[in-house]
Amino acid sequence: MQVEGYRPLIVAFCCNWCSYAGADLAGNNRLSYPADVKIIRVPCSCRVNPMFILRAFQRGADGVILCGCHPGDCHYTTGNFYTRRRMALLFSMLDYLGIERERTRVEWVSAAEGAKFAATMNDFARKVAELGENKRLEDLRCKQ
Amino acid sequence: MQRIGVFVCWCGSNIAGTVDVQAVSDALKNEPGVVFSTNYQYMCSQAGQNMIKDAIAEYKLTGIVICSCSPRMHEATFRKTAESAGINPYMVEIANIREQCSWVHKDKETGTEKAIILGRTAIAKVNLNAPLTAGETPVTKRALVIGGGIAGIQTALDIADAGFQVDIVEKKPTIGGKMTQLDKTFPTLDCAACILTPKMVDVAQNENIRIFSYSEVKEVKGFVGNFDVKITKHARYVKEDVCTGCGLCTEKCPMKKVPNEHNLGMDTRSAIYIPFAQAVPKVATIDPDYCNMLKNGKCGLCSKICAAGAIDYTQKDEEIEEKYGAIVVATGYNPISLDKFDEFAYNQSKDVVTSLELERLMNAAGPTGGTLLRPSDGKHPHTIVMVQCVGSRCSAGARKGKEYCSKICCMYTAKHAMLIRDKYPDTEVYVFYIDVRTPGKNFDEFYRRAVEEYGVHYIKGMVGKVSPEGDILKVQGSDLITNEQIHIDADMVVLAAAIEPDKSARPLATMLTASMDTNDFFTEAHPKLRPVESPTAGVYLSGACQGPKDIPETVAQAGAAASKVIGLLCKDSLKNNPCIAHSDEMMCNGCSCCEKVCAYGAITYVDKEFRMPDRTTQIRRVSQVNPAVCQGCGACTVACPSGAMNLYGFANEQIIAEVDAICR
Repeated sequence: MQVEGYRPLIVAFCCNWCSYAGADLAGNNRLSYPADVKIIRVPCSCRVNPMFILRAFQRGADGVILCGCHPGDCHYTTGNFYTRRRMALLFSMLDYLGIERERTRVEWVSAAEGAKFAATMNDFARKVAELGENKRLEDLRCKQ
Repeated sequence: MQRIGVFVCWCGSNIAGTVDVQAVSDALKNEPGVVFSTNYQYMCSQAGQNMIKDAIAEYKLTGIVICSCSPRMHEATFRKTAESAGINPYMVEIANIREQCSWVHKDKETGTEKAIILGRTAIAKVNLNAPLTAGETPVTKRALVIGGGIAGIQTALDIADAGFQVDIVEKKPTIGGKMTQLDKTFPTLDCAACILTPKMVDVAQNENIRIFSYSEVKEVKGFVGNFDVKITKHARYVKEDVCTGCGLCTEKCPMKKVPNEHNLGMDTRSAIYIPFAQAVPKVATIDPDYCNMLKNGKCGLCSKICAAGAIDYTQKDEEIEEKYGAIVVATGYNPISLDKFDEFAYNQSKDVVTSLELERLMNAAGPTGGTLLRPSDGKHPHTIVMVQCVGSRCSAGARKGKEYCSKICCMYTAKHAMLIRDKYPDTEVYVFYIDVRTPGKNFDEFYRRAVEEYGVHYIKGMVGKVSPEGDILKVQGSDLITNEQIHIDADMVVLAAAIEPDKSARPLATMLTASMDTNDFFTEAHPKLRPVESPTAGVYLSGACQGPKDIPETVAQAGAAASKVIGLLCKDSLKNNPCIAHSDEMMCNGCSCCEKVCAYGAITYVDKEFRMPDRTTQIRRVSQVNPAVCQGCGACTVACPSGAMNLYGFANEQIIAEVDAICR
């Protein structure tokens, strides 16, 4: 099903305090991961509206990953607990719509886990690439 | 439309090595809003910053995009540069093309491609940026310390030392807390009263400190720098400023059968009482539950004999309102109730005591005057069994006790065993333990002294049952090392009961909107890096209300909390983080979804008058964000069903623009 030369488009939302710093640490340690991953910085994982994820899929993203501090370590105390609940709901809705479960993911990456960040992104990008293009949710009217 | 300048940094070869910087700055030139685009070797250098300033002036830039290292590195630098050139610092966005691009992607082509996408994402965001100004709120230069134990005392003394006003609210008639009940303190064995009471006197004599004893916090409103607190001062039926503390009334009072809480009910006191000799304030208090005069109007003896005329049976609870800049919680701990631990026969036999009761039995000011005697018959005990971890480290399924380690028990048990062996060498002491945990300065040495020098018998294992038979206690336990059942005929059994936060902590946490863990300990703002601050700005934690602590740790934390308070009170006003939530009042329907998810209590509801299109006015309930309290996490923006909540700096539109730019 994979097309020759196909590169997935992956949007990663990273919280400012843990995962974004974890991504920086991966950079400091020169731990490579696919360039398909593009990071958007948010203050907290709980800032990510499920609407943003749907928007990314609508605009043609093939996978969306959301990274935050480990539960209990949130800079804002309880933010990532909200994330966990909200994403559980969103993912079950996506499941209902027939979107492959592997296209979305929530990961907890701390500021000290550069290696985990790179490994997570490698693994996620590989799985999304295996699934191929996101055709079901992409809105062709949005293509320029 | 913004006028955006794009500056691509080479970072020497750090970025330029794997990203074609010229191609990036050329590609970004054509993005909407961009009027100027360039690249330079080191944007963060003086020359690079001047380049930005010159471009701002020359091209009348309103927004800046810098493609460089992580914003965690130089965002503040470039914001300052922009500010000095006359544009709002929050009009600067950074595209992270070093840590998240050139350093992780080896291939120049993909690196360049990604750098362009990251650049245009930042441009898309800047196009929607709005100038933000950090607001300021004034600070009330007075601190409130809730709890007058050693934690509260130390915090208050340290704050007062720096020249700020402090009020201590203590619910008991005297300050001092649990430490006043202790005999000796580990690991130096100096007497608790000798080191605590001078501090209590210091508090009483310090002109910057006011003590509200026999008082409780009733209501807390406001936010960091501006708390409005209502304190209820309970009626003690004695005029505090008139009473000389002579104690004559306590001697003459005919009602002498009141259980003495200071000695944990092991002896009695009179209905009018001073908790102990060194109480601060040294003022008598009438216990309304036992006083004959207050109960049925028959007696009045104390008022007749009081030479100072301090007794006032008509006194009422008094309410005090005060403004504070900072609040320190120092509500401390209590041993847990042992009702669920029938196996230790605590409720059946008087000779089974808790460690705190043993402290009183060994204290010179205690019910036995410091001689260790069995509470049942007053005889000298020859065999004592101590049981550790009673209610600590219980499994979650046990439905009794606590899951955590109470931390102080290993050390005080070693202390008790050592003191008993020292004073009564004919008394054998057996200690049943799961693990001996002694991490602390001179702690393990202390424990080993108990075993090696004082011959305390440590047995690894738990006690299964204590059964009172006649005047002895039959203790049945197991030794896990020899795998044998052990039977000891003991004269006394001492239980190291787990400690739990004071019951007053939970309602207080609700008042303060401070968060607690499942065990009702207050949670800190960050478990490692901000251990004395609560997540609620302006609320600080001191002592065992945050977790089990011994005295040295409590004092250290108290000092740390005080230094944080001093840091706050030193400021005349607080600069707020401008990247905070705000609500669109026209869209808000007052559902309070946002208020429920706010961990900081930053959202309140107000009834506001709105002019309707038909020129009538209508009152609607709308949410309002307090800019001094909001931390800008954005939880409310997602919770809001009507989309009225938004976050400055990370607005819905901005993040959607970023998503769109990446997916273009």
